[in-house]
Amino acid sequence: MLTRRIIPCLDIRGERVVKGVQFQNLRDAGDPLERAARYMDAGADELCFLDVTASLEERPLLLALIKRLSRVLFIPFSVGGGVRSVEDAYELLRAGADKIGVNTAAVERPGLLGELADAFGRQCVVLSIDTKLVDGVWYVTTHGSRELSSRRALDWVREGVERGAGEILLNCIDTDGVRGGFRLDLTEQVVGTVEVPVIASGGAGGAEHFVELFTRTGAHAGLAASIFHDGTTTPSAVKQALRAAGVEVRL
Amino acid sequence: MIGVVDYGAGNLLSVTNALDALDLSWTHVRRPRELDDCGRILLPGVGHFAAAAGQLKASGMSAALQAVARKGKPVLGVCLGAQLMLEASDEAPDAVGLGLIPGRVVRLKTKTIPHMGWNRVKPAASARLFDAAATPPYFYFAHSFVCAPVEKSHVAAETTCDAETFCVAVQRDNIFGVQFHPEKSAGAGLDVLRRFATC
Repeated sequence: MLTRRIIPCLDIRGERVVKGVQFQNLRDAGDPLERAARYMDAGADELCFLDVTASLEERPLLLALIKRLSRVLFIPFSVGGGVRSVEDAYELLRAGADKIGVNTAAVERPGLLGELADAFGRQCVVLSIDTKLVDGVWYVTTHGSRELSSRRALDWVREGVERGAGEILLNCIDTDGVRGGFRLDLTEQVVGTVEVPVIASGGAGGAEHFVELFTRTGAHAGLAASIFHDGTTTPSAVKQALRAAGVEVRL
Repeated sequence: MIGVVDYGAGNLLSVTNALDALDLSWTHVRRPRELDDCGRILLPGVGHFAAAAGQLKASGMSAALQAVARKGKPVLGVCLGAQLMLEASDEAPDAVGLGLIPGRVVRLKTKTIPHMGWNRVKPAASARLFDAAATPPYFYFAHSFVCAPVEKSHVAAETTCDAETFCVAVQRDNIFGVQFHPEKSAGAGLDVLRRFATC
């Protein structure tokens, strides 16, 4: 049995970890190397780094950081933010990233997914989608959820996987940083739509929300940021709770 | 000295970082004759079977690897590198593997593909890169194809997903292959690399 994965997410700005609520009001949340190593030691199955500046000028800074991270991390990690081409992805992979997250660029140019899958294999390609509920329908948002696209979430994940995505990172802007729990309904719909693994993100307030996620949906992984950054809980505490609830985890 | 074969298929950095963390000495092997300077050979690889097999063949590395393997030098293939130990792959019917272990690479039959994440691995009693007596450890996987050796005795470990049980490590004398990523499997993975360095 594949275990359900717990993935701390680190938003990176410059050389620091930052965290906001619903992508706004970013505040400092520590040193990436120190945090990443701590999460690995605490049983994180994987880490997710998101470059929230994603500006061209700061790219060398990010690549240098990824290289330093890869020296100390012996668990897989993905890097997203600002990836628009095979060349962008290649730089990150060469610096040590295991997977590449794409979001806005894939919505604007869906062919990017196929190009990445052809170049590196689909297991490298994570399609990250930010969703928003509008009049009872889940839509895809872009540009850090500042813009609403005309794409429906379920149509987009189906197309994304057909084009080459090997994993879906499903984020919900309405629950991001709010700590009221994952959107179970949407998560289950996405799991039922595609055959690739689905990572649920947005809304974890504590271990109980991961228990809810994994006992009530087929999500393969759960991602969270704030609750790990501020010490509300740890990956290993979440996994203890999951094991107690009968969910298979790596402990 | 472990020779890490660099043939343009994927990320060597994670593997060499893991060897560094274990204080194991290693060097890149880019030309066939450089294999002679190394006591052990590690063949990494991610991506497509055809591309990797083609690059190994074109550079003369295939023949050189087959030669050192015949002489008894320990060789470890990781992920796609493990698949290359076999003769052929369903991923690329026209491509030829190293053929160091009889059998071919087949597509996974699991419900979710790729098989991605951490899974428990059950080693065979004869598996030399694992502690068969310990609680079966978890390793990190990211793949859609698996090795299917002809001989059951060449299966060094198996795992189960979606009620499918499949081979995730191969072993034949001095030839080893692991489908998971030891360099990304925390302590359990580093243990496998350490055992290879002393086998």
